[in-house]
Amino acid sequence: MTDYSELATREAFGKFLTELGDRDPRIVVLDADLSRSTMTKYFARAFPGRFIQCGLAEQNMISIAAGLATCGRVPFASTFAVFASSRCFDQVRMCVAQPQTNVKIVSTHGGITVGEDGSSHQAIEDIALYCSLPNFNVVVPADSIETVEAIRAAAATEGPFYVRLGRSKTPVVYTSGCTFRLGKADVLREGNDAAIIATGIMVYMAIDAADLLAKSGIKCRVLNMSSIKPIDRQAIEAAAEETGAIVTAEEHLLHGGLGSIVAQVVASGTPAPLASLGIKDTYCKSGKPEELLEANGLTAEDIVDAAKSVIARKR
Amino acid sequence: MTDYNIADLEGIARKLRRHVITMISRAGSGHPGGSLSAADIVTALYFRVMRHDPANPRWPDRDRFILSKGHAAPVLYAALAECGYFPLEWLTTLRKSGACLQGHTDSRLTPGVDMSAGSLGQGLSVGIGMALAAKLDKKDYRTYILLGDGECQEGQVWEAAMFAPNYKLDNLTAIVDYNGLQLDGFTRQIMDLEPFVEKWRSFKWEVLEVDGHDMKQVVDALQKAGQVEGKPVVIVARTVKGKGVSFIENNVDWHGKAPNKAETEIALKELA
Repeated sequence: MTDYSELATREAFGKFLTELGDRDPRIVVLDADLSRSTMTKYFARAFPGRFIQCGLAEQNMISIAAGLATCGRVPFASTFAVFASSRCFDQVRMCVAQPQTNVKIVSTHGGITVGEDGSSHQAIEDIALYCSLPNFNVVVPADSIETVEAIRAAAATEGPFYVRLGRSKTPVVYTSGCTFRLGKADVLREGNDAAIIATGIMVYMAIDAADLLAKSGIKCRVLNMSSIKPIDRQAIEAAAEETGAIVTAEEHLLHGGLGSIVAQVVASGTPAPLASLGIKDTYCKSGKPEELLEANGLTAEDIVDAAKSVIARKR
Repeated sequence: MTDYNIADLEGIARKLRRHVITMISRAGSGHPGGSLSAADIVTALYFRVMRHDPANPRWPDRDRFILSKGHAAPVLYAALAECGYFPLEWLTTLRKSGACLQGHTDSRLTPGVDMSAGSLGQGLSVGIGMALAAKLDKKDYRTYILLGDGECQEGQVWEAAMFAPNYKLDNLTAIVDYNGLQLDGFTRQIMDLEPFVEKWRSFKWEVLEVDGHDMKQVVDALQKAGQVEGKPVVIVARTVKGKGVSFIENNVDWHGKAPNKAETEIALKELA
């Protein structure tokens, strides 16, 4: 068995796809000239007859995937998150979301931690775009272990999926295994002083932040919101009611992402002070991932500050 | 569906055209021009060439059809109803709230519609997916895609055009309803597609050219397409937008407009 914990999320995805492909002959994989980066190359090597190289034509790729799905295939289509979202949005809308075809779109290189390639390659709108589509499931796993479980769930669950993965290796959150449940938040730390709701790579930072806050006697609940759509309203409402102060953290624009969705839920239930960490209506620049995270206020220290500020705003 | 001779098929095409006029007139909106130009092609496919079973719309071995020019939905609905996919009475509900017959084709709602359409340029790619699935599953069904000529201004059509010959999809037939008109005017003035046949040939397709209103030519070309090995076939069908109704024919004003009562009467008389 592969030890997925040592791998970047995209690497875990690529390796696990071959395991899935072995078990489920319906699975086919499409890529648009990025298989060495999205790691679908492993599937291509293992199942050349079920790997469909589309060349640089993402729109064509998505519609082809939909056609395959109507004939009972389970297509996984992969490319970078920037291209998987805005480049072929109408094809996703018309061929996948509206007719509810069983297409799994797994993007890699999501967010600003793509780093040096710069803003053209930093997907910061993809979650908002995909969440805007009726019928879509949108998942951003926290680490390589959860990636495997999310991909397993996507393959097993009928309907359109968007799964966003990263480029770099990230610390493992689920050192002792993970049960991914679509539409359910995972409570990683208990606490009633505030709740930190995070997704993707911000989850491990949320845990770091909770540990730092615990040193000054502040107990924070940490929620891994890997399933952004459907969202776990119940967990958010409980967090608002029981902690009365909420911080959200995501590697994505503030508009339309996790922060917006949580704000909507909180405002329509038990309102609580809320601070949202994310990218503030701007395109970022080239740089090392950690430099970019720091420049955009996406570090454990930023989460600590945000938690203190929302706690101070409690009535 | 092979019992009909050419004269029968011509009669069916006329019937479909009458349905198109009645449906759009009743709906008060819709696209008569592109529906009428495609009537003979759709007739040849559904009443002669395609292997399908109206009682079993999801039959895995059926030939697939995608109306990529989704605005010609009325002519497809008319064919599906005449085949028996759903009652003829449904045709009176086109575009009405709560109806199964949407303004543009919707695979969730209409039996016999294999894929939704309406945003142009996507059907050929979807058809490629179906043709690939047939190859993977070692099934012998064919996939037919009907495109408009104006639609071929969409870049995705050429992404798909590049793909299909590279995968040797000889189980795929594209048909272009080349009526020479689009919403804003003549295609040659809006964005000239010529040399059109040469474009497809240079993309490594087998190209057949027909008069899209000569039923025998249309049927022969569709059957010939089934014999070509190793590459996909595109049939460039020269058509007249609005074919069959004098005041709609070749008139850009009738791309997306419903006939009024008087116009409907004249049109139905001409199509009798």
